[in-house]
Amino acid sequence: MSRFLLPLTIFAVMVGFLAVGLTLNPREIPSPLIGKAAPAFSLPQLHDDGKTLSLDDMKGQVWLLNFWASWCSGCRTEHPILMDLARSGVAPIYGMDYKDQKHEALAWLDQWGNPYQVVAVDAAGRVGIDYGVYGVPETYVIDKQGVIRYKQIGPLDDETVTKKILPLIQELQAK
Amino acid sequence: MIPEIGHFALILALCVALVQGTLPIYGAAVGNSRLMALASPAARCQFFLVLTAFGCLAYAFASKDFSVLYVAATSNSQLPLHYRLAAIWGAHEGSLLLWTFILTIWMFAVTLFSSHLPEAMRSRILGVMGLVSVGFLLFMLSVSNPFERLIPAAVEGRDLNPLLQDPGMVLHPPMLYMGYVGFSVAFAFALAALLGGNLDAAWARWSRPWTTVAWCFLTIGIALGSGWAYYELGWGGWWFWDPVENASFMPWLAGTALVHSLAVTDKRGGFKVWTVLLAIMAFSLSLLGTFLVRSGVLTSVHAFATDPKRGLFILSFLAVVIGGSLLLYAWRAPRVGLGGGFAPVSREGFLLANNVLLVVATGAVLLGTLYPLFLDALDLGKISVGPPYFDSVFVPLITPALFLMGVGPLAQWKKAEIPDLAKRVRWAAGVSMLTALGLPIVLGEWTPLLSLGFLLACWIVVTAVVSVREQLAHVVGGGIGTRLARLPRAYWGMLLAHCGIAVFVVGVTMVKGFETEQDVRMGMGDVATVGGYTFRFDGVQNVRGPNYTAVRGTFHVSRDGRETALLYPEKRRYTAQNQVMTEAAIDSGVVRDLYVSLGEPLEDGAWSVRLYHKPFVNWIWGGCLIMALGGALAVSDRRYRPAWRREPQVVPANAQLAGR
Amino acid sequence: MNWLFFLLLLVAGSAWAGEAKPMGDDPAVEARLKQLAGELRCLVCQNQTLADSNAPLAEDLRREVREMIAKNMSDREIIDFLVSRYGDFVLYRPPLKTTTVLLWAGPFVLLIGGGVALAVTLRRRQRVIVENAVITDEEHRRVERLLSPGVKES
Repeated sequence: MSRFLLPLTIFAVMVGFLAVGLTLNPREIPSPLIGKAAPAFSLPQLHDDGKTLSLDDMKGQVWLLNFWASWCSGCRTEHPILMDLARSGVAPIYGMDYKDQKHEALAWLDQWGNPYQVVAVDAAGRVGIDYGVYGVPETYVIDKQGVIRYKQIGPLDDETVTKKILPLIQELQAK
Repeated sequence: MIPEIGHFALILALCVALVQGTLPIYGAAVGNSRLMALASPAARCQFFLVLTAFGCLAYAFASKDFSVLYVAATSNSQLPLHYRLAAIWGAHEGSLLLWTFILTIWMFAVTLFSSHLPEAMRSRILGVMGLVSVGFLLFMLSVSNPFERLIPAAVEGRDLNPLLQDPGMVLHPPMLYMGYVGFSVAFAFALAALLGGNLDAAWARWSRPWTTVAWCFLTIGIALGSGWAYYELGWGGWWFWDPVENASFMPWLAGTALVHSLAVTDKRGGFKVWTVLLAIMAFSLSLLGTFLVRSGVLTSVHAFATDPKRGLFILSFLAVVIGGSLLLYAWRAPRVGLGGGFAPVSREGFLLANNVLLVVATGAVLLGTLYPLFLDALDLGKISVGPPYFDSVFVPLITPALFLMGVGPLAQWKKAEIPDLAKRVRWAAGVSMLTALGLPIVLGEWTPLLSLGFLLACWIVVTAVVSVREQLAHVVGGGIGTRLARLPRAYWGMLLAHCGIAVFVVGVTMVKGFETEQDVRMGMGDVATVGGYTFRFDGVQNVRGPNYTAVRGTFHVSRDGRETALLYPEKRRYTAQNQVMTEAAIDSGVVRDLYVSLGEPLEDGAWSVRLYHKPFVNWIWGGCLIMALGGALAVSDRRYRPAWRREPQVVPANAQLAGR
Repeated sequence: MNWLFFLLLLVAGSAWAGEAKPMGDDPAVEARLKQLAGELRCLVCQNQTLADSNAPLAEDLRREVREMIAKNMSDREIIDFLVSRYGDFVLYRPPLKTTTVLLWAGPFVLLIGGGVALAVTLRRRQRVIVENAVITDEEHRRVERLLSPGVKES
């Protein structure tokens, strides 16, 4: 009897996995960088070519790094949420203008508002590669020691911000 | 109004399917012939109802009725009529309707060709098919109704995904589904036999042609899909081991095993339990394929319509249908007898070994396809399992199967002798070895894989020749022509299908071994040489299609100064979705394809261009076509025709031959 | 004659146009890039290889890989560079580690299992061979009878 039950057993196990699989998003790739030091960079600022922004400038604070571009539609979607976050002042948001035209980026910020403390320009997308960016917008939460604690792939939404990001920021700031 | 008729027809079809799926099976159990008699009329009625629904949806597409949500989502007023009709199966809801429609076509066919079956058997078969149909109709009516209205109506449709606007779209899905769903007949036969407890030679004889026909459709469907991807996706690949491809390949592998296992059950009464399990497996894998494609649990280049919420419905359905049938199998199969005995070295032995290899290969493909999902579900990280994995696992598993394919037909049933076999194939082996070693050297390059490919292809063909020669010796009288014609069609069909594999292997070997590619920057008048052909770029011009604008490049291809072809690759922008598509240009030939695809525009009117020379690539699909033709030829054998159509005087001789 | 014509054509052609330039400068680098990128998965259009994809990120990554090849880094180093940023997901050939042992060994375990099952079955069948004939004549007649029209099995 047992060997005749074997196919059924295999099938049952498979159905179990498929059921769990339905709840997962196959397109989302967890970043191996979480828990690791944020890659260093030093890039010109969007509003002032002469100055640079580098990773060390943010040491000692909990901050958000947001990769965006004026050509990216998801960035428009999440923009109001970033503006709210910036207004609330929980943590500074730094922008990374990813593979963009300078004048278009400036115009975009003028039109929709600027939630960023400083915007750095990653014209060639190299810093993006260092951070494992594969689709803007992407947002990183980085702690006081410069370690990446969280990565959001795709636009931020209210639920993620209130349930994940804000509590995480408070926790990291308390340390 | 018309869409509502279609919707209503689906509701009625569900009612009929419920009747068809319950009463005849009950009738067969209690021996009530009035209940059993319901099966055929119910199946036919269901066919006409689903046909009506299908026609209504077709009408909605043809008449550009954008008040139907599904029509508005998958077509556009500028889409040409044939693509509007193909858009019926361009997304989720319509694909399901096509699936169900094809299921009812197969049901209808069963009612037409089953008049000679015992009534209980026929009732059970149609009952099981009716139950499968219930699931799909219920699915459509509850969560994915193709006739759902959009109020207010859209002014313009969102258009069919440009990737799908291709002649391949018209043919590939119906063919593939004919294959997938066709296995439901073998499945229903197997369940009916389990329910009735009459797993005998007659059951196998009846199932065989149905299974073979479904297998032929599936073969052609897969080949069409592969060919379509080859020219449409624009990078010249023909098989990517993508989840959706694997989803169609697994039922094919299981179906191939089933076709062979049925042969043993039919002729020798053996492998009954195994055959039943394979029949369940082949159809289960078809259902699993539908689930994988439709649910979005895996990402794919070919998955165009996915929705995890609906995935839950299909998964539950899958659990009921497959789980139920495997439970029935576990319950009834132990009582089935063993069938005839045979020696380890015998045709049965070889066929069984081949079956094991095919099933192991199916398992390997399944494992590779689902493994990323397993890891993800256990939260152990995300990985990708791609062509390098499948190539390195699949080749060693299938190589012995191809080797056995040569010996199998030569071995006697019941008991064969290795020394005798070895003697009969010695020159076949010699010729194959020589070809394997010599041909790559002649062609100017030697790699182990090249040799292996030529060895297997040559082995299959030469052993087929040996087989024909030996068979002829048994046919008495007449010239060579008449004697050849005397051999049964089933036998020719088998050989042809096997040779199709050989042709396929040659294609794969040649493409993998000798294809060349150039990624170049071409300005006006620049030339590049690939595979001995010189491509000259004569610039681009703008052209307009019915629903797209395009940049079309002109390439003059010449060899030794003689013009071979003019190629016009395009870069199309489809207006409705503002999507850019690369349309490769191909000059096809028996021994090579020349393939040009436009990349991106560069400065000064230059373009980045990809040029490929692909030797023998068409043999890949040609081989599949030959396999399918072989299957068709086998089905046309007179032993499958109802007795009254057979010429009585030929039967004994033929039965003797085929039974040897 | 033919080759002369061809030569003339070439000469004539080259007067106003040239041999197309490969996209990369160094063919050796390109060959290695093609080989490496053919086993890497593009993250944007997720079911294409890095070699085949036309996505901007794929182009950037090809550029990075090209530079790394030019810097004479080994395949291992280049793959590590990508894996440290994107995870094992970028590898179409899954690395052998504890979580993938089953994946790599699975098919061959199945093969061995199948082989053992086959051997057991064959031995058992061999024993049956002497005991009963295969399909009896009576069974054959029944098949023929069932396959003829209008016969119902009772």
